[in-house]
Amino acid sequence: MPRAHGNRLISRHLKKEPQNLEDIKKIEIDTNISEDVLNIANGVFSPLKGFLCYNDLENVVKEKRLESDTPWTIPILLDTDKKDLNEGETVHLFNEENGVRALLEIDEIYTYDKKNLSQEIYGTLDEKHPGVANIYKMKQNLIGGKISLIDYKTREFDDYNLSPKETRYLFKEKGWKDIVAFQTRNPPHMGHEYVQKTALTFVDGIFINPIIGKKKTGDFTDEVILKSYEALMKYYYLKERSVMSILRTSMKYAGPREAIHHAIMRKNYGCTHFIVGRDHAGVSNYYGPYDAHDIFSEFPDLGIIPVFFRSFSRCSKCGGVVNDKICPHGQEYHINFSGKKIREILRNGEIPPEDMMRKEVSEMILKFEKPFVE
Amino acid sequence: MEEKKEDKKFTTISIPSQLAEKIKKRIEGTGFHSLSSYVTYVLREVISGIENEEEEEAFSKEDEEKVKDRLRALGYLD
Repeated sequence: MPRAHGNRLISRHLKKEPQNLEDIKKIEIDTNISEDVLNIANGVFSPLKGFLCYNDLENVVKEKRLESDTPWTIPILLDTDKKDLNEGETVHLFNEENGVRALLEIDEIYTYDKKNLSQEIYGTLDEKHPGVANIYKMKQNLIGGKISLIDYKTREFDDYNLSPKETRYLFKEKGWKDIVAFQTRNPPHMGHEYVQKTALTFVDGIFINPIIGKKKTGDFTDEVILKSYEALMKYYYLKERSVMSILRTSMKYAGPREAIHHAIMRKNYGCTHFIVGRDHAGVSNYYGPYDAHDIFSEFPDLGIIPVFFRSFSRCSKCGGVVNDKICPHGQEYHINFSGKKIREILRNGEIPPEDMMRKEVSEMILKFEKPFVE
Repeated sequence: MEEKKEDKKFTTISIPSQLAEKIKKRIEGTGFHSLSSYVTYVLREVISGIENEEEEEAFSKEDEEKVKDRLRALGYLD
């Protein structure tokens, strides 16, 4: 099993409620930032111990590495417009929705260039890009410093939520040495199953790790994603070779940079391999279809092996799922796995063809009165 | 709270010139655009190999019991 990124799994939990909390300044943080706080505290973002300071941010933007030279591609930032904060003081971060409360030791308060950040991280200044739009909405100052988690609320799907400490222990108990991680935001169709099982053939176990959180209208709900995977795994996966748990984090749609970030998080969970598909973490046409593959060559020291998949489809001549490396037949024999098409069929209350989606998965989705985010 | 100036952090190292010439030839037509970028790549690869050989820090008994209990309660472990 690989060591955590940066060689140490971070844990930033306070053992007891700090005294004099009423005397320190409070800063309300939004739900996305509160998820970052949890991910820092639980070691998902190891080696980060808090929000980035100026030198780390500069290095991440320009070199795709922290100041320590450790690969890191997505800035984890805390923005503020509060004027009464001082470097050196400790403040109380809180979020009502998920009950996250944490202390933040302010190391630095600094400004940043939104255009430069957008261009370097997302490769564009186009405000239609959701990541760029988010940067433009951010407040003018950034706070860097270490956090310590005080508390958080119990939430829906907690039973599916394992920390890196827990997954590492679980993989060890299962006797797995080589573990491939699969990230998803959708219920599984046959193409996903093909990719997962192809990768699993060469390792000891698969870690299916859906991203749970804020979604767009028309997306499948979190519960549908989880239940449909449970249905698939129950009937078609070996229990001793597969594990599913969720990851609560927001998608940034930063394409290649985010593929590296996703790989780092899975390394922290204890995985040795990470599946990277076509246009991983992309949106519209901002990135080339295989930019998220190419970027891995910049990181010989990443510590997790990418497993690249190009396009895959069903070939009527081969009689199964194929990819462009193994099938010699023309497009006329190929049916692509279209998430959009499968969604349309399900939206009409119908079962998609079984060569597109397992019947057990489709039936599970159709049990939900409202499988889509409204 | 002014925007801070960039503070580039690089250092110079010496390698034999014959080796440098060999490397320059080797990286022609590859993705490496300079001798420095190639040397940095190789050194990072070597260092990361050494770091992975080091021992992982051990779990405390108390931590281990907590983790085991939760995994059992959730059905991840029998």
